Amino acid sequence: MATPERPEVKLVPVPSTNIIPERDVDKEPILEARNLGIDFGGLVAVDKFDMAIGRTEIAGLIGPNGAGKTTVFNLFTKVYQPTRGSILLDGRDIQNMTTVQVNRAGIARTFQNIRLFGNLSVEDNVKLGLHNQINYGMWTGILRLPGYWKSEKLMHERAMELLSIFDMQRYASHRAGSLPYGAQRRLEIVRALATNPSLLLLDEPAAGMNPSETAELMKNIVKVRDTFKIAILLIEHDMNLVMGICEGICVLNFGKIIAKGTPSQIQNNPEVIEAYLGKKKEG
Amino acid sequence: MKKNNIFLIYGTVIAAYIIIQLLMSAGAVTSSLRGQLVPICAYIVMAVSLNLTVGVLGELSLGHAGFMSIGAFTGVVACMSLESALPPTLPRFVISLLVGAAFAGVAGFLIGIPVLRLNGDYLAIVTLAFGEIIKNIINCLYVGIDSRGLHLSFLTNSDALNLEEGGTVIINGPMGIAGITKLSTFTFGFALVLVALFIVLNLIRSRAGRAIMALRDNRIAAESIGINVTKYKLMAFVTSSALAGAAGTLFALNYSTITAAKFNFNTSILVLVFVVLGGLGNIWGSIIATTVLVILPELLREFNDYRMLVYAIVLILVMLATNNATFKNTLRELVNKIIPEKLIKRKEGTTDGNS
Repeated sequence: MATPERPEVKLVPVPSTNIIPERDVDKEPILEARNLGIDFGGLVAVDKFDMAIGRTEIAGLIGPNGAGKTTVFNLFTKVYQPTRGSILLDGRDIQNMTTVQVNRAGIARTFQNIRLFGNLSVEDNVKLGLHNQINYGMWTGILRLPGYWKSEKLMHERAMELLSIFDMQRYASHRAGSLPYGAQRRLEIVRALATNPSLLLLDEPAAGMNPSETAELMKNIVKVRDTFKIAILLIEHDMNLVMGICEGICVLNFGKIIAKGTPSQIQNNPEVIEAYLGKKKEG
Repeated sequence: MKKNNIFLIYGTVIAAYIIIQLLMSAGAVTSSLRGQLVPICAYIVMAVSLNLTVGVLGELSLGHAGFMSIGAFTGVVACMSLESALPPTLPRFVISLLVGAAFAGVAGFLIGIPVLRLNGDYLAIVTLAFGEIIKNIINCLYVGIDSRGLHLSFLTNSDALNLEEGGTVIINGPMGIAGITKLSTFTFGFALVLVALFIVLNLIRSRAGRAIMALRDNRIAAESIGINVTKYKLMAFVTSSALAGAAGTLFALNYSTITAAKFNFNTSILVLVFVVLGGLGNIWGSIIATTVLVILPELLREFNDYRMLVYAIVLILVMLATNNATFKNTLRELVNKIIPEKLIKRKEGTTDGNS
């Protein structure tokens, strides 16, 4: 699979030591982590984590297995409460927010091990993403008041629209758990998008996909960013994908950032090469 | 759940009601079966409501009889205290049902707040405990009525109620309530079943119901897309308790005496058996399983002493059969032969939907 040709984006520093793409610099970063850290008992899982993501950036978070990448996602979505440091979402500290509130404030995510509502239909999964977008009460639903029909119609249309991004309308009435693996990963992204996020976190979106599916996914991630004008942060082991579409990349090893920069800077960074391949024997 | 399925449920229930009414007017229904009709309706409502907690929300509750009990006692108290003020039976019955449902719903809310913080086995055990607590509280409760209104007393005896001359004791501690005017009829029971079905089926197929099922399938994912876990867990639990309360009132108003001991752990388990046998989350199955299992002991009367043994064996056989793939396939082939293949194909395409 060939890496698509594209101009490299210049990364510029924001007030702290963080960097974001030049085109986003006149706006505040959508998310900024400052000196973030979490300990599990005596184990320091993540430490001194600084990162900023531009409004329309596709950023990558890479690192060897067990480096703490998913832990960072769990910190951003408040599944874990950070031990140190702060996270600013759109300039607001999310210190006191719950996972649910963080989602409403604009962060949506997918999971490394797919977490769909397997017994529900594909359409219902997307409609659940729209849960806080299109609202009506319990009794409106039970008594089938006009609000129910209106909202359900709106939800159906919106769900179909979102499914069409990944060309999945034909699956709408299928049970989510019965979909092929790649389609399940795509459905998770659609469901996350349905919550109308300003930052989308993708945890290994290409895991288990074949090269042609991955190429399709790369196109779709860029398309999602361009259509919705949102920021995307992804964890991925597929270097073709990471180097192909990410603008800023952050490399994590043993819970610490060892490198930050554009794909070409990362590819030539000796520390990164060492983390992935090990040290060259001296002499 | 597909639309055809919903109409099938409503249609069969209504058809069953009409057939039984016709049979009754023709005098073809035995008196023992006639006596079972209201309890069947009450147990169907119980099973449908418990299915909302166990099958749809996915939390195992072992104390459902507790809510039935609250509904039974508060409903009957309401019914008896309104006897002079509101002589016509229909409005009095409806108000009693609402009172029973409201009290059980409030109890469900209060119990739900601590209980729903737990998960899995722990939740099951705590609901079991609350079910027993409710039973024991009602066992020690004395309620009487006189011209000044209702009197309550706890852990004493009926004298402590200080009733005026001419006042009556309604709940007499462990002796329960005696002298209930039987208001429940098969038609009232059938109406309650329809209302319960309407509420549960419509709830499941709405925004709130989807959120409840999402919690069952994957709580972490549900939180990540902004679904309020506590709110929807409570919503399912309270709805389920309130319906159980209404079922309790219906059940109690079918007997002349009722005691707290009737709504013990065995009753909770019995209803759970209906739900599990009918299939978790399968409302249609709950109705069938309840009807069959309530009538079965009556039909097995000729086995006399071995009645409960045969009942248990039948139960085990049904469980084995419904969980056996070979048996299911044979059954499906049989159905295929009877019903044109086109219909089945289309149905499978929409429910299983593998590609």
